[in-house]
Amino acid sequence: MSQEIHKGITKRPIRWYGNHSNHGIPYLNDVEIKGKLIVIEGPDASGRSTQIERITAKLEADGYAVLNTGLKRSELIGSGILEAKRNVSLGKKTLALFYAADFADQLEHKIIPALQAGYIVLADRYIFTLMARNSVRGISRAWSHDLFSFCTIPDLVFYIDVDPYKLVHRVFEKRMSLDYYESGADLGLSDDMFESFMIYQRRLAREFNKMKEKYGLILVDGNKNTDEVNASLQTQIDLFLSNNP
Amino acid sequence: MVPSSLKSYKRFQVPGKLIVVEGIDGSGKSTQIRLLEKWLRYNQVEVFKTEWNSSELVKEITSKGKKKGSLTPITFSLLHATDFADRYERNILPLLRAGYFVLADRYAYTAFARDVTRGCSQKWVRKVYGFAAKPDVTFYFRVPIDVAIDRILAGRPKLKYYEAGMDLDLSKDPYESYRIFQSRIIEQYESMSSPEGFTVIDATLGIKEQQKIMREKIIKLMPQNISKQVIMEIPRNEPRNP
Repeated sequence: MSQEIHKGITKRPIRWYGNHSNHGIPYLNDVEIKGKLIVIEGPDASGRSTQIERITAKLEADGYAVLNTGLKRSELIGSGILEAKRNVSLGKKTLALFYAADFADQLEHKIIPALQAGYIVLADRYIFTLMARNSVRGISRAWSHDLFSFCTIPDLVFYIDVDPYKLVHRVFEKRMSLDYYESGADLGLSDDMFESFMIYQRRLAREFNKMKEKYGLILVDGNKNTDEVNASLQTQIDLFLSNNP
Repeated sequence: MVPSSLKSYKRFQVPGKLIVVEGIDGSGKSTQIRLLEKWLRYNQVEVFKTEWNSSELVKEITSKGKKKGSLTPITFSLLHATDFADRYERNILPLLRAGYFVLADRYAYTAFARDVTRGCSQKWVRKVYGFAAKPDVTFYFRVPIDVAIDRILAGRPKLKYYEAGMDLDLSKDPYESYRIFQSRIIEQYESMSSPEGFTVIDATLGIKEQQKIMREKIIKLMPQNISKQVIMEIPRNEPRNP
Protein backbone atom coordinates (compact mmCIF):
# COMPACT_ATOMS: atom_id res chain seq x y z
CA MET A 1 0.00 0.00 0.00
CA SER A 2 2.42 2.61 -1.16
CA GLN A 3 -0.18 4.72 -2.91
CA GLU A 4 -0.12 8.40 -2.03
CA ILE A 5 -3.14 9.25 0.07
CA HIS A 6 -4.43 12.81 -0.22
CA LYS A 7 -7.53 12.66 1.89
CA GLY A 8 -8.24 11.39 5.36
CA ILE A 9 -5.08 12.66 7.00
CA THR A 10 -6.41 13.15 10.52
CA LYS A 11 -4.98 10.48 12.81
CA ARG A 12 -7.18 9.07 15.55
CA PRO A 13 -7.02 6.08 17.89
CA ILE A 14 -8.68 2.93 16.62
CA ARG A 15 -11.91 1.99 18.41
CA TRP A 16 -12.82 -1.53 19.54
CA TYR A 17 -16.06 -3.15 20.60
CA GLY A 18 -14.48 -4.49 23.76
CA ASN A 19 -12.86 -2.12 26.23
CA HIS A 20 -9.11 -2.08 26.80
CA SER A 21 -8.93 -4.95 29.24
CA ASN A 22 -11.27 -7.36 27.54
CA HIS A 23 -11.08 -6.91 23.81
CA GLY A 24 -9.09 -9.59 22.14
CA ILE A 25 -6.15 -7.61 20.75
CA PRO A 26 -4.37 -5.76 23.58
CA TYR A 27 -1.22 -5.71 21.43
CA LEU A 28 -2.96 -3.36 18.98
CA ASN A 29 -4.32 -0.99 21.63
CA ASP A 30 -2.21 1.96 20.56
CA VAL A 31 -2.83 1.72 16.83
CA GLU A 32 -3.77 4.99 15.18
CA ILE A 33 -5.74 5.13 11.97
CA LYS A 34 -6.31 7.69 9.26
CA GLY A 35 -8.86 5.88 7.08
CA LYS A 36 -12.56 5.16 7.43
CA LEU A 37 -14.41 1.88 7.72
CA ILE A 38 -17.77 1.75 5.97
CA VAL A 39 -19.84 -1.42 6.08
CA ILE A 40 -22.74 -2.50 3.88
CA GLU A 41 -24.81 -5.30 5.36
CA GLY A 42 -27.81 -6.98 3.82
CA PRO A 43 -29.04 -10.37 2.64
CA ASP A 44 -27.93 -12.20 -0.49
CA ALA A 45 -29.44 -10.52 -3.60
CA SER A 46 -30.14 -7.30 -1.70
CA GLY A 47 -27.91 -5.49 -4.21
CA ARG A 48 -24.90 -5.10 -1.96
CA SER A 49 -22.24 -5.81 -4.56
CA THR A 50 -23.77 -3.43 -7.11
CA GLN A 51 -23.92 -0.70 -4.50
CA ILE A 52 -20.35 -1.32 -3.44
CA GLU A 53 -19.16 -1.11 -7.04
CA ARG A 54 -20.89 2.20 -7.54
CA ILE A 55 -19.79 3.70 -4.24
CA THR A 56 -16.21 2.60 -4.89
CA ALA A 57 -16.23 4.23 -8.33
CA LYS A 58 -17.65 7.46 -6.94
CA LEU A 59 -15.22 7.65 -4.01
CA GLU A 60 -12.26 6.91 -6.25
CA ALA A 61 -13.41 9.62 -8.64
CA ASP A 62 -13.51 11.96 -5.63
CA GLY A 63 -9.87 11.14 -4.96
CA TYR A 64 -10.11 8.62 -2.15
CA ALA A 65 -8.14 5.39 -2.02
CA VAL A 66 -10.67 2.60 -1.52
CA LEU A 67 -10.19 -1.01 -0.43
CA ASN A 68 -12.98 -3.54 -0.90
CA THR A 69 -13.25 -6.42 1.50
CA GLY A 70 -15.84 -9.07 2.27
CA LEU A 71 -16.56 -12.16 4.33
CA LYS A 72 -14.90 -15.53 3.70
CA ARG A 73 -12.16 -14.15 1.54
CA SER A 74 -9.15 -14.44 3.79
CA GLU A 75 -6.07 -16.03 2.31
CA LEU A 76 -5.67 -18.17 5.36
CA ILE A 77 -9.04 -19.86 5.53
CA GLY A 78 -11.16 -18.73 2.58
CA SER A 79 -11.20 -22.06 0.75
CA GLY A 80 -11.33 -24.02 4.00
CA ILE A 81 -14.69 -22.51 4.80
CA LEU A 82 -16.12 -23.55 1.49
CA GLU A 83 -14.99 -27.10 2.19
CA ALA A 84 -16.32 -26.97 5.74
CA LYS A 85 -19.72 -25.83 4.50
CA ARG A 86 -20.07 -28.98 2.47
CA ASN A 87 -19.42 -30.90 5.64
CA VAL A 88 -22.91 -30.62 7.09
CA SER A 89 -22.00 -32.42 10.29
CA LEU A 90 -20.09 -29.39 11.57
CA GLY A 91 -21.30 -28.04 14.89
CA LYS A 92 -22.74 -24.55 15.17
CA LYS A 93 -20.10 -23.18 17.50
CA THR A 94 -17.38 -24.78 15.40
CA LEU A 95 -18.61 -22.98 12.31
CA ALA A 96 -19.07 -19.73 14.26
CA LEU A 97 -15.45 -19.87 15.45
CA PHE A 98 -14.21 -20.83 12.01
CA TYR A 99 -15.84 -17.73 10.51
CA ALA A 100 -14.49 -15.62 13.35
CA ALA A 101 -10.95 -16.86 12.65
CA ASP A 102 -11.37 -16.07 8.97
CA PHE A 103 -12.65 -12.63 9.81
CA ALA A 104 -9.81 -11.98 12.27
CA ASP A 105 -7.27 -12.83 9.58
CA GLN A 106 -8.76 -10.20 7.27
CA LEU A 107 -9.13 -7.65 10.03
CA GLU A 108 -5.48 -7.84 11.05
CA HIS A 109 -3.90 -8.37 7.65
CA LYS A 110 -6.15 -6.26 5.45
CA ILE A 111 -8.59 -3.93 7.17
CA ILE A 112 -6.44 -2.46 9.96
CA PRO A 113 -3.33 -1.90 7.75
CA ALA A 114 -5.53 -0.17 5.15
CA LEU A 115 -7.10 2.04 7.82
CA GLN A 116 -3.64 2.92 9.10
CA ALA A 117 -2.61 3.87 5.58
CA GLY A 118 -5.64 6.15 5.20
CA TYR A 119 -7.83 4.06 2.93
CA ILE A 120 -11.58 4.05 2.92
CA VAL A 121 -12.36 0.41 3.57
CA LEU A 122 -15.69 -0.60 2.04
CA ALA A 123 -16.72 -3.87 3.63
CA ASP A 124 -19.19 -6.13 1.88
CA ARG A 125 -20.69 -7.40 5.17
CA TYR A 126 -19.00 -7.44 8.55
CA ILE A 127 -19.50 -9.16 11.91
CA PHE A 128 -23.22 -8.36 11.96
CA THR A 129 -24.02 -11.03 9.37
CA LEU A 130 -21.95 -13.52 11.36
CA MET A 131 -23.71 -12.58 14.60
CA ALA A 132 -27.17 -12.75 13.01
CA ARG A 133 -26.44 -16.19 11.56
CA ASN A 134 -25.20 -17.36 14.96
CA SER A 135 -28.30 -16.13 16.79
CA VAL A 136 -30.67 -17.72 14.29
CA ARG A 137 -28.82 -20.98 14.95
CA GLY A 138 -29.41 -20.78 18.69
CA ILE A 139 -26.04 -19.39 19.75
CA SER A 140 -26.32 -16.83 22.54
CA ARG A 141 -26.10 -13.19 21.48
CA ALA A 142 -23.92 -12.41 24.48
CA TRP A 143 -21.38 -15.04 23.44
CA SER A 144 -21.22 -13.72 19.86
CA HIS A 145 -20.85 -10.18 21.14
CA ASP A 146 -17.94 -11.18 23.37
CA LEU A 147 -16.38 -13.29 20.63
CA PHE A 148 -16.28 -10.31 18.26
CA SER A 149 -15.10 -7.81 20.86
CA PHE A 150 -11.69 -7.89 19.11
CA CYS A 151 -13.21 -6.09 16.13
CA THR A 152 -12.83 -2.50 15.06
CA ILE A 153 -15.96 -0.33 15.34
CA PRO A 154 -16.86 0.88 11.83
CA ASP A 155 -17.55 4.53 11.08
CA LEU A 156 -20.76 3.73 9.23
CA VAL A 157 -22.82 0.54 9.01
CA PHE A 158 -25.69 0.38 6.52
CA TYR A 159 -28.20 -2.41 6.54
CA ILE A 160 -30.08 -2.88 3.27
CA ASP A 161 -33.45 -4.18 4.36
CA VAL A 162 -35.45 -6.03 1.70
CA ASP A 163 -38.83 -7.69 2.08
CA PRO A 164 -38.35 -11.49 1.82
CA TYR A 165 -40.89 -11.77 -1.08
CA LYS A 166 -39.03 -9.14 -3.04
CA LEU A 167 -35.77 -10.82 -2.13
CA VAL A 168 -36.80 -14.26 -3.34
CA HIS A 169 -37.74 -12.79 -6.72
CA ARG A 170 -34.37 -11.09 -6.99
CA VAL A 171 -32.64 -14.37 -6.18
CA PHE A 172 -34.60 -16.07 -8.99
CA GLU A 173 -33.64 -13.28 -11.36
CA LYS A 174 -29.98 -13.99 -10.62
CA ARG A 175 -30.20 -17.79 -10.76
CA MET A 176 -33.25 -20.01 -10.87
CA SER A 177 -32.58 -21.76 -7.58
CA LEU A 178 -32.24 -21.02 -3.87
CA ASP A 179 -28.86 -21.42 -2.18
CA TYR A 180 -28.74 -24.10 0.53
CA TYR A 181 -27.24 -21.89 3.24
CA GLU A 182 -28.98 -18.67 2.28
CA SER A 183 -32.23 -20.61 2.71
CA GLY A 184 -31.17 -21.83 6.14
CA ALA A 185 -31.69 -25.38 4.89
CA ASP A 186 -29.22 -26.65 7.49
CA LEU A 187 -31.73 -25.62 10.16
CA GLY A 188 -34.47 -28.02 9.05
CA LEU A 189 -37.08 -25.24 9.11
CA SER A 190 -39.21 -26.74 6.39
CA ASP A 191 -39.04 -29.43 3.68
CA ASP A 192 -40.26 -26.77 1.32
CA MET A 193 -37.18 -24.82 0.24
CA PHE A 194 -39.23 -21.70 -0.56
CA GLU A 195 -40.82 -21.68 2.87
CA SER A 196 -37.46 -22.36 4.49
CA PHE A 197 -35.97 -19.35 2.67
CA MET A 198 -38.81 -17.10 3.79
CA ILE A 199 -38.62 -18.15 7.45
CA TYR A 200 -34.84 -17.93 7.50
CA GLN A 201 -34.65 -14.49 5.90
CA ARG A 202 -37.34 -13.16 8.24
CA ARG A 203 -35.41 -14.43 11.24
CA LEU A 204 -32.20 -12.85 9.99
CA ALA A 205 -34.00 -9.55 9.42
CA ARG A 206 -35.35 -9.74 12.96
CA GLU A 207 -31.80 -10.19 14.29
CA PHE A 208 -30.58 -7.18 12.30
CA ASN A 209 -33.41 -5.11 13.70
CA LYS A 210 -32.42 -6.15 17.21
CA MET A 211 -28.81 -5.12 16.52
CA LYS A 212 -29.84 -1.77 15.04
CA GLU A 213 -29.84 0.18 18.30
CA LYS A 214 -26.93 -1.52 19.99
CA TYR A 215 -24.50 -1.22 17.08
CA GLY A 216 -25.89 1.88 15.38
CA LEU A 217 -26.92 0.23 12.11
CA ILE A 218 -28.43 2.62 9.57
CA LEU A 219 -31.43 1.09 7.90
CA VAL A 220 -31.72 1.55 4.13
CA ASP A 221 -34.92 0.64 2.33
CA GLY A 222 -33.73 -1.96 -0.14
CA ASN A 223 -37.17 -2.42 -1.69
CA LYS A 224 -36.53 0.69 -3.75
CA ASN A 225 -34.69 0.53 -7.06
CA THR A 226 -30.90 0.47 -7.39
CA ASP A 227 -30.58 4.19 -8.20
CA GLU A 228 -32.69 5.25 -5.25
CA VAL A 229 -30.79 3.02 -2.84
CA ASN A 230 -27.53 4.29 -4.26
CA ALA A 231 -28.55 7.91 -3.87
CA SER A 232 -29.47 7.31 -0.25
CA LEU A 233 -26.19 5.54 0.55
CA GLN A 234 -23.99 7.98 -1.34
CA THR A 235 -25.63 11.06 0.23
CA GLN A 236 -25.04 9.72 3.72
CA ILE A 237 -21.46 8.68 2.98
CA ASP A 238 -20.62 12.03 1.39
CA LEU A 239 -22.12 13.88 4.32
CA PHE A 240 -20.14 11.79 6.78
CA LEU A 241 -16.90 12.30 4.89
CA SER A 242 -17.34 16.04 4.63
CA ASN A 243 -18.04 16.27 8.37
CA ASN A 244 -15.17 13.93 9.27
CA PRO A 245 -12.25 14.71 6.97
CA MET B 1 -10.01 -15.03 44.52
CA VAL B 2 -10.76 -15.23 40.83
CA PRO B 3 -13.72 -17.51 40.23
CA SER B 4 -13.41 -20.50 37.93
CA SER B 5 -13.95 -19.61 34.28
CA LEU B 6 -15.83 -22.71 33.26
CA LYS B 7 -19.31 -23.61 34.37
CA SER B 8 -20.34 -27.01 35.62
CA TYR B 9 -22.28 -29.01 33.04
CA LYS B 10 -24.51 -30.60 35.65
CA ARG B 11 -27.51 -28.76 34.24
CA PHE B 12 -27.50 -31.46 31.57
CA GLN B 13 -28.04 -35.05 32.46
CA VAL B 14 -24.39 -36.00 32.28
CA PRO B 15 -23.51 -39.40 33.65
CA GLY B 16 -19.99 -39.35 32.17
CA LYS B 17 -16.82 -37.92 33.68
CA LEU B 18 -14.44 -35.42 32.19
CA ILE B 19 -10.80 -35.86 33.20
CA VAL B 20 -8.18 -33.42 31.99
CA VAL B 21 -4.39 -33.30 32.10
CA GLU B 22 -2.60 -29.98 31.79
CA GLY B 23 1.00 -28.82 32.00
CA ILE B 24 3.81 -27.61 29.77
CA ASP B 25 5.46 -29.79 27.12
CA GLY B 26 7.69 -32.33 28.78
CA SER B 27 5.73 -32.46 32.02
CA GLY B 28 4.90 -36.11 31.36
CA LYS B 29 1.13 -35.62 31.24
CA SER B 30 0.60 -37.60 28.02
CA THR B 31 2.35 -40.64 29.48
CA GLN B 32 0.17 -40.43 32.55
CA ILE B 33 -3.11 -40.05 30.70
CA ARG B 34 -2.20 -43.02 28.51
CA LEU B 35 -1.64 -45.16 31.59
CA LEU B 36 -4.90 -43.95 33.04
CA GLU B 37 -6.70 -44.82 29.82
CA LYS B 38 -5.30 -48.36 29.81
CA TRP B 39 -6.29 -48.85 33.40
CA LEU B 40 -9.84 -47.61 32.89
CA ARG B 41 -10.27 -49.85 29.83
CA TYR B 42 -8.88 -52.80 31.75
CA ASN B 43 -11.55 -52.16 34.35
CA GLN B 44 -14.20 -52.08 31.65
CA VAL B 45 -14.97 -48.40 31.81
CA GLU B 46 -16.04 -46.86 28.50
CA VAL B 47 -13.26 -44.42 27.64
CA PHE B 48 -12.65 -41.80 24.97
CA LYS B 49 -9.38 -39.92 24.72
CA THR B 50 -9.06 -36.62 22.90
CA GLU B 51 -5.97 -34.54 22.16
CA TRP B 52 -5.42 -30.83 21.73
CA ASN B 53 -5.34 -29.56 18.15
CA SER B 54 -6.25 -32.89 16.58
CA SER B 55 -9.36 -32.11 14.56
CA GLU B 56 -8.82 -32.87 10.86
CA LEU B 57 -10.86 -29.84 9.91
CA VAL B 58 -8.45 -27.28 11.28
CA LYS B 59 -5.12 -29.07 11.03
CA GLU B 60 -4.54 -28.22 7.41
CA ILE B 61 -5.34 -24.54 7.83
CA THR B 62 -3.20 -24.19 10.93
CA SER B 63 -0.21 -25.81 9.27
CA LYS B 64 -0.68 -23.66 6.16
CA GLY B 65 -0.78 -20.54 8.34
CA LYS B 66 2.28 -21.70 10.23
CA LYS B 67 4.22 -22.23 7.02
CA LYS B 68 3.32 -18.77 5.77
CA GLY B 69 4.01 -17.26 9.17
CA SER B 70 0.79 -15.30 8.86
CA LEU B 71 -0.84 -16.41 12.10
CA THR B 72 -1.50 -13.66 14.62
CA PRO B 73 -2.24 -14.28 18.31
CA ILE B 74 -5.96 -13.83 17.60
CA THR B 75 -6.17 -16.11 14.55
CA PHE B 76 -3.98 -18.65 16.33
CA SER B 77 -6.35 -18.56 19.29
CA LEU B 78 -9.51 -18.75 17.19
CA LEU B 79 -8.21 -21.66 15.13
CA HIS B 80 -7.45 -23.62 18.28
CA ALA B 81 -10.89 -22.71 19.59
CA THR B 82 -12.42 -23.99 16.33
CA ASP B 83 -10.52 -27.24 16.71
CA PHE B 84 -11.65 -27.53 20.31
CA ALA B 85 -15.28 -26.72 19.48
CA ASP B 86 -15.28 -29.35 16.74
CA ARG B 87 -14.08 -32.04 19.13
CA TYR B 88 -16.33 -30.71 21.89
CA GLU B 89 -19.55 -30.63 19.86
CA ARG B 90 -18.86 -33.83 17.97
CA ASN B 91 -17.24 -36.03 20.65
CA ILE B 92 -16.70 -34.69 24.14
CA LEU B 93 -20.19 -33.55 25.11
CA PRO B 94 -22.20 -36.35 23.42
CA LEU B 95 -19.88 -38.99 24.91
CA LEU B 96 -20.16 -37.46 28.39
CA ARG B 97 -23.92 -37.53 28.05
CA ALA B 98 -23.74 -41.18 27.06
CA GLY B 99 -21.76 -41.96 30.21
CA TYR B 100 -18.20 -42.16 28.91
CA PHE B 101 -15.06 -41.25 30.80
CA VAL B 102 -13.61 -38.60 28.51
CA LEU B 103 -9.87 -38.10 28.91
CA ALA B 104 -8.57 -34.84 27.50
CA ASP B 105 -4.87 -34.34 26.87
CA ARG B 106 -5.04 -30.54 27.28
CA TYR B 107 -8.29 -28.60 27.53
CA ALA B 108 -9.43 -24.96 27.51
CA TYR B 109 -6.81 -24.19 30.19
CA THR B 110 -4.10 -24.69 27.56
CA ALA B 111 -5.66 -21.86 25.57
CA PHE B 112 -5.95 -19.72 28.71
CA ALA B 113 -2.23 -20.21 29.34
CA ARG B 114 -0.82 -20.03 25.80
CA ASP B 115 -3.06 -17.44 24.17
CA VAL B 116 -2.66 -14.99 27.04
CA THR B 117 1.10 -15.51 26.90
CA ARG B 118 0.90 -14.74 23.17
CA GLY B 119 -0.85 -11.43 23.92
CA CYS B 120 -4.58 -12.13 23.78
CA SER B 121 -6.81 -10.66 26.47
CA GLN B 122 -7.35 -12.94 29.44
CA LYS B 123 -11.05 -12.10 29.67
CA TRP B 124 -11.62 -12.56 25.96
CA VAL B 125 -10.07 -16.03 25.76
CA ARG B 126 -12.15 -17.18 28.71
CA LYS B 127 -15.33 -15.88 27.11
CA VAL B 128 -14.57 -17.57 23.81
CA TYR B 129 -14.29 -20.91 25.65
CA GLY B 130 -17.30 -20.11 27.82
CA PHE B 131 -19.25 -23.04 26.33
CA ALA B 132 -16.78 -25.64 27.62
CA ALA B 133 -17.87 -27.68 30.63
CA LYS B 134 -15.80 -27.61 33.79
CA PRO B 135 -13.92 -30.91 34.10
CA ASP B 136 -14.60 -33.30 36.99
CA VAL B 137 -10.87 -33.48 37.61
CA THR B 138 -8.01 -31.45 36.15
CA PHE B 139 -4.56 -32.81 36.88
CA TYR B 140 -1.90 -30.14 36.56
CA PHE B 141 1.61 -31.53 36.16
CA ARG B 142 3.92 -29.12 37.91
CA VAL B 143 7.48 -29.42 36.69
CA PRO B 144 10.63 -27.27 36.96
CA ILE B 145 11.38 -25.69 33.61
CA ASP B 146 14.83 -27.33 33.29
CA VAL B 147 13.44 -30.81 33.78
CA ALA B 148 10.78 -30.24 31.12
CA ILE B 149 13.22 -28.73 28.64
CA ASP B 150 15.68 -31.60 29.09
CA ARG B 151 12.91 -34.10 28.42
CA ILE B 152 11.73 -32.26 25.29
CA LEU B 153 15.16 -31.69 23.81
CA ALA B 154 16.17 -35.30 24.40
CA GLY B 155 13.35 -36.37 22.08
CA ARG B 156 13.54 -33.79 19.31
CA PRO B 157 16.54 -31.53 18.98
CA LYS B 158 14.95 -29.04 16.59
CA LEU B 159 12.32 -26.63 17.87
CA LYS B 160 9.65 -25.37 15.50
CA TYR B 161 8.98 -21.65 15.04
CA TYR B 162 5.63 -21.33 16.84
CA GLU B 163 6.48 -24.10 19.31
CA ALA B 164 9.46 -22.07 20.47
CA GLY B 165 7.29 -18.94 20.69
CA MET B 166 9.50 -17.25 18.08
CA ASP B 167 6.48 -15.19 16.96
CA LEU B 168 6.73 -13.34 20.28
CA ASP B 169 10.21 -11.92 19.62
CA LEU B 170 11.45 -13.06 23.02
CA SER B 171 14.90 -13.99 21.80
CA LYS B 172 16.67 -14.66 18.52
CA ASP B 173 17.85 -18.00 19.88
CA PRO B 174 15.04 -20.59 19.58
CA TYR B 175 16.15 -22.42 22.75
CA GLU B 176 16.24 -19.25 24.82
CA SER B 177 12.91 -18.18 23.33
CA TYR B 178 11.41 -21.56 24.16
CA ARG B 179 12.59 -21.30 27.76
CA ILE B 180 11.10 -17.83 28.26
CA PHE B 181 7.88 -18.81 26.49
CA GLN B 182 7.42 -21.96 28.59
CA SER B 183 8.24 -20.09 31.82
CA ARG B 184 5.49 -17.60 31.06
CA ILE B 185 3.05 -20.42 30.38
CA ILE B 186 3.96 -21.91 33.76
CA GLU B 187 3.15 -18.54 35.37
CA GLN B 188 -0.30 -18.65 33.75
CA TYR B 189 -0.92 -22.22 34.92
CA GLU B 190 0.17 -21.39 38.45
CA SER B 191 -2.17 -18.41 38.64
CA MET B 192 -5.09 -20.58 37.46
CA SER B 193 -4.30 -23.54 39.65
CA SER B 194 -6.23 -22.54 42.74
CA PRO B 195 -9.25 -20.69 41.25
CA GLU B 196 -9.82 -23.46 38.70
CA GLY B 197 -9.40 -26.18 41.30
CA PHE B 198 -6.51 -28.07 39.71
CA THR B 199 -5.24 -31.25 41.32
CA VAL B 200 -1.52 -30.60 41.31
CA ILE B 201 0.78 -33.52 40.54
CA ASP B 202 4.47 -33.29 41.28
CA ALA B 203 5.79 -34.27 37.86
CA THR B 204 9.28 -34.96 39.19
CA LEU B 205 7.98 -38.03 41.02
CA GLY B 206 8.34 -41.44 39.42
CA ILE B 207 5.87 -42.48 36.75
CA LYS B 208 4.26 -45.08 39.01
CA GLU B 209 3.93 -42.75 41.95
CA GLN B 210 2.18 -40.12 39.87
CA GLN B 211 -0.13 -42.70 38.35
CA LYS B 212 -1.07 -44.04 41.76
CA ILE B 213 -2.13 -40.58 42.95
CA MET B 214 -4.26 -40.15 39.81
CA ARG B 215 -5.92 -43.55 40.14
CA GLU B 216 -6.77 -42.96 43.78
CA LYS B 217 -8.54 -39.79 42.74
CA ILE B 218 -10.34 -41.29 39.75
CA ILE B 219 -11.46 -44.44 41.54
CA LYS B 220 -13.90 -42.28 43.49
CA LEU B 221 -15.58 -41.27 40.24
CA MET B 222 -16.03 -44.82 39.02
CA PRO B 223 -19.37 -46.60 39.19
CA GLN B 224 -19.90 -48.62 42.37
CA ASN B 225 -20.24 -51.98 40.65
CA ILE B 226 -16.81 -51.54 39.07
CA SER B 227 -14.85 -50.04 41.93
CA LYS B 228 -15.12 -53.21 44.05
CA GLN B 229 -12.84 -55.13 41.73
CA VAL B 230 -10.59 -52.38 40.42
CA ILE B 231 -7.02 -53.42 39.84
CA MET B 232 -4.44 -50.82 40.74
CA GLU B 233 -1.42 -52.58 39.33
CA ILE B 234 0.79 -50.47 37.07
CA PRO B 235 2.65 -52.20 34.23
CA ARG B 236 6.45 -52.17 34.44
CA ASN B 237 8.76 -50.55 31.94
CA GLU B 238 6.17 -48.24 30.46
CA PRO B 239 7.95 -46.28 27.73
CA ARG B 240 7.87 -42.52 28.10
CA ASN B 241 6.92 -41.68 24.54
CA PRO B 242 5.18 -43.81 21.96
